[in-house]
Amino acid sequence: MQNVEELVRQYIAQNILFSNNGYPYADDASFLDEGIIDSMNVLELVAFVEEKFGITVQDQDIVPDHFDSVSKLAAYVRRRMG
Amino acid sequence: MRPSQGSVNVLVPDFLERSADHLPDKVALVCDGQRLTYAEIEARANRLAHALKARGVGRGERVALFLPNSVELVVGIFAVLKAGGVFVVINPTTKHNKLAYILNNCEASALILPGRQLALARQLVGETPSLKMIIAVGPAEDDGPIASYDAIQASFPDARPSHVNIDLDLACLIYTSGSTGDPKGVMSDHSNVVFAASSIIEYLRNVEDDIIIGMLPLSFDYGLYQLLMAFKFGGTLVLEKGFAYPAAILRRVEEERVTGFPGVPTVYAVLLQMDLSAYDLSSIRYLTNTAAALPPSHILRLREKFPWARLYSMYGLTETKRTLYLPPEELERRPGSVGIAIPGTEVWLVDEEGRRLGPGDTGELVVRGRHVMRGYWNAPEATAERFRPGPLPGERVCYTGDLFRMDEDGFLYFVARKDDIIKSRGEKVAPKEVENVLYELPGVVEAAVIGVPDELLGQAIKAFLVVKGEPLSEAQVLAHCKAHLEDFMVPRYVEFVAELPKTSSGKIKKTDLK
Repeated sequence: MQNVEELVRQYIAQNILFSNNGYPYADDASFLDEGIIDSMNVLELVAFVEEKFGITVQDQDIVPDHFDSVSKLAAYVRRRMG
Repeated sequence: MRPSQGSVNVLVPDFLERSADHLPDKVALVCDGQRLTYAEIEARANRLAHALKARGVGRGERVALFLPNSVELVVGIFAVLKAGGVFVVINPTTKHNKLAYILNNCEASALILPGRQLALARQLVGETPSLKMIIAVGPAEDDGPIASYDAIQASFPDARPSHVNIDLDLACLIYTSGSTGDPKGVMSDHSNVVFAASSIIEYLRNVEDDIIIGMLPLSFDYGLYQLLMAFKFGGTLVLEKGFAYPAAILRRVEEERVTGFPGVPTVYAVLLQMDLSAYDLSSIRYLTNTAAALPPSHILRLREKFPWARLYSMYGLTETKRTLYLPPEELERRPGSVGIAIPGTEVWLVDEEGRRLGPGDTGELVVRGRHVMRGYWNAPEATAERFRPGPLPGERVCYTGDLFRMDEDGFLYFVARKDDIIKSRGEKVAPKEVENVLYELPGVVEAAVIGVPDELLGQAIKAFLVVKGEPLSEAQVLAHCKAHLEDFMVPRYVEFVAELPKTSSGKIKKTDLK
């Protein structure tokens, strides 16, 4: 399986940025501060990680500590996958 | 000659200054992990005001604030007012072309933006002849027209500059989408803002102990007034960057013991899907909704979730700030109504010929009061259409362009808009503005944009395209929109069609699209 970071980058590049040149930000760039995604996209990201990685995301887990950068999201997904 | 100052004038900067005098050590703002007192915000705003004045930004000049909800945005708004200027908050997701349009439209003298946008700032200096100063927040060095916010805070005095305005001077421009597609700057003078804020505070019964959570952008009047009102009544504003992380917002409500919760239908749709039992939300005294109507079923479910709180359904447009509110005790009887005129104002309905209508009839809502703003910046025709002569000589009333019905007791029910503006996530989207961007794509011969019902967004934006030659992919279309439009204007759906339905005169017939 490709690493989690790569899958997250790919998803955002293709489905949120509609980018032809991949994910042009650093893995620790803040999604919201940098304007990479907006508030509605967060819900899309939740649906994506639930489906792609077979995890269930609780409401209380949808916080910046888990969902505000590629690194944070990947770390969260790995923790949840055990 | 300088205007004569006195206590007869209440100006918007007084909201901060009076609270700083009476409650210097009270926490005014909780934002970005900081807790700032009124005295601290006052000192920072004074320093920035001196810096603006030192570069010649003075009375009546426009200063654009292209910043996300942040401490610096709050400081910037009051600094501009203290310098005698007119603040213009621009949504941080606005793209280059529109930003340049707004800066040139309002002939901005100064622009305050994040340091990471310096490349953009340099480009804008070349495109905006009126700009004499750029202030960069965060990592930046002084360089030509560019001044560092941090350096200003370290070097300018914190003494309060004396006021240079009277209350007929402009306080702010709020840009809003118009049906022509070009954004228009609604001009508010100080007396408009002071009146509107006072009227809303009265019906919400705000007191010093209120703690409001602000999650809507300050570029949006509903978001902006949370700040202005909180500072006016000496409360506390907990300012967040948005509603992206609902659980984090609810956690803040719990931690800060928030009493006022202003939302839009999208926020409430998300809340209703969540299990709220994990949070202690008992501190919430009131919830407000505006920007688009809440479905009555959502209102009833919200009341079940927050039985201890007062729930206000409201209606307004930037041109009068707030227009109507439903007293919460009426909610049960009239869940579909957005109420009556806000305190100190009046409204009525007229037919196409301008005749006043009675209960049961449907007509355009007309608004009279001190909250009727001063018109659109640099747009006399659009101003004359919206702001027309009122009953007394020389006065103006606002024709809202929205159709309402009145019941026997005078309560109003929204029926429809007269134009085709879409409301998505509570934000106004002019189909024309989106269509103009779509027409820039190679091969697009016809484009039509409509709103379709959406559980979460209220209306979702759907684009119909007729393409000739090389086919376009949905991703290409969306990438182009993303690059040229604010996030909330990017279509949710794109449909490619062979042709669009037309009227007999050959115009695109949008009523046949869905």
